[in-house]
Amino acid sequence: MAQQKTYDNRLGLKGWWGGGRWGIERYLYTLHRLTGLGLVAYFTLHILVTSSRAFGQAAWERWMSTVGNPILRAGEYLVVLAFIFHALNGIRLVLVELGFAVGQAEEPIYPYKTSLNKQRPLVVLVMLVAAILVVVSGYDFWFAD
Amino acid sequence: MKETRFWTWHILAGVVILILGGLHMLTMHADELLGLFNPAGGYAIDWANVAARSGQMIFPYIYILLLGAALFHGYYGLRNILFELGLKKGARAVVNVVLVLGGIGLFVFGVWAAIASRSAV
Amino acid sequence: MDTETKGAREILFVIPRYNPETDSAPQNRQYTVHVEPGMTVLDGLHEIKNNQDSTLSWRFSCRMGVCGSCGMLIAGKPMLACNTQILHVADRVLTVGPLPNFQVIKDLVPDLRPMFEKHLAAEPYIHRDDVDPKAVPGDEYYQTPEELTRFLQFSYCIKCGACMAACPTLAIDKDYMGPMPLAQLHRYNVDTRDAGFDQRKKVAGGAFGVARCHYAGECSNVCPKGVDPARAIQLMKRDLVLSYLRLRKRSRPCGTIGPDPHTRPKDKVPQAPPFTVLT
Repeated sequence: MAQQKTYDNRLGLKGWWGGGRWGIERYLYTLHRLTGLGLVAYFTLHILVTSSRAFGQAAWERWMSTVGNPILRAGEYLVVLAFIFHALNGIRLVLVELGFAVGQAEEPIYPYKTSLNKQRPLVVLVMLVAAILVVVSGYDFWFAD
Repeated sequence: MKETRFWTWHILAGVVILILGGLHMLTMHADELLGLFNPAGGYAIDWANVAARSGQMIFPYIYILLLGAALFHGYYGLRNILFELGLKKGARAVVNVVLVLGGIGLFVFGVWAAIASRSAV
Repeated sequence: MDTETKGAREILFVIPRYNPETDSAPQNRQYTVHVEPGMTVLDGLHEIKNNQDSTLSWRFSCRMGVCGSCGMLIAGKPMLACNTQILHVADRVLTVGPLPNFQVIKDLVPDLRPMFEKHLAAEPYIHRDDVDPKAVPGDEYYQTPEELTRFLQFSYCIKCGACMAACPTLAIDKDYMGPMPLAQLHRYNVDTRDAGFDQRKKVAGGAFGVARCHYAGECSNVCPKGVDPARAIQLMKRDLVLSYLRLRKRSRPCGTIGPDPHTRPKDKVPQAPPFTVLT
């Protein structure tokens, strides 16, 4: 077949955001990626900072006071939130991607109920537990003294 | 099949992080509420608590396990995201080398820090 | 025409037009269509082509949701034009565009060849070493209804490309196999007539196979036939992990049954003519 002139209709990174008509699982996928990136970036620095404990108390306390400033503390809380979401959504993904929460093949009868419907209770559970942990950790982080 | 192998270990590492990292989170961020592994009371990042944990037998090894699992899980995930951006073969090789070297380097450094801190208390 | 029919109204179609011979990028064009209840998007496109702009191009064939030709981006979601009613998805304005994640040849016509090439790479046919089905075409495979159910849902795929258009991985990675080829891969893996799991492992578990799926689930959301490719891919991931851990149950593929031995051969029945299909 002869070469045709075409234009590229790929959505690119915008395809991660959709247009508001996508299901919630797609947004959870995007959020899982973003929290993962944030955690990897934080974790790399975390290894370097916490290794200061090998150099004795003075070094440790110097680093702790550096990362104790309010902006970095707020960032640290974001990391806690990211960990909570990424871990709980990760539990859901492990169950789903190993085929445990997607259900078996069945005759599709319109209106179709897909594997997404089967695993929807897991989504609700994940969000509920995440919300509880966010509140608990927020209390401990900001208010408990 | 190689990707399946990586992915299986990625999942297992995730489970390890869930347990050990979850414990770490409770130790650090529920310190006021639970006081887990903080024998000196107060904040989890007070030197007294850090020294107590570093000096105990088991803690450095738990940290090393968590470090290895988290580095593998995180950097494999980062590799996934980068590869899906549609990199050419040469760029893929570069990403592989950077992530493997970076991951091993950080792991070695972290292991050294965990073991060295046992005697720095 | 009775314009007083309840629900009938004017709908503004917004369609990106692209002619490769004259345009360098798509341009939106607007068409006002009088829509009666029950009209499908395909009917609307025909109305435009017949009465307003005969240069509008798109693919269609069966007009009843079984051929998979008319996949398009309708109101922001990949759907079939023939089984989408206009008034179900639009109030005043309806955007109709070509399927995303493909190159566009003209107007609403995507280049689906990459999808079919990936489908072929999945080896979507029965692999058997012991039996050559073409040698004895009269034989039947012995398969229970339960074994049929394990793959029947995934065999309803009409290759329309809606799932490929909805997949976020395909939005950035054009080398990913995609939901349709992977679901078809799984469809053959679990078919008890097939013995090709090991042959397909390289593709399924490879760099562009199931490892690139992260269960965003949009493929299953948009599938017009309820094939649920997301389910197929996750079930296949489990199979591949079990295979890696050497825990996968190996079963022999189902045997064949010849003609019923209890029927008496009929008398004076003429010989069948020679095969017209190459064997």
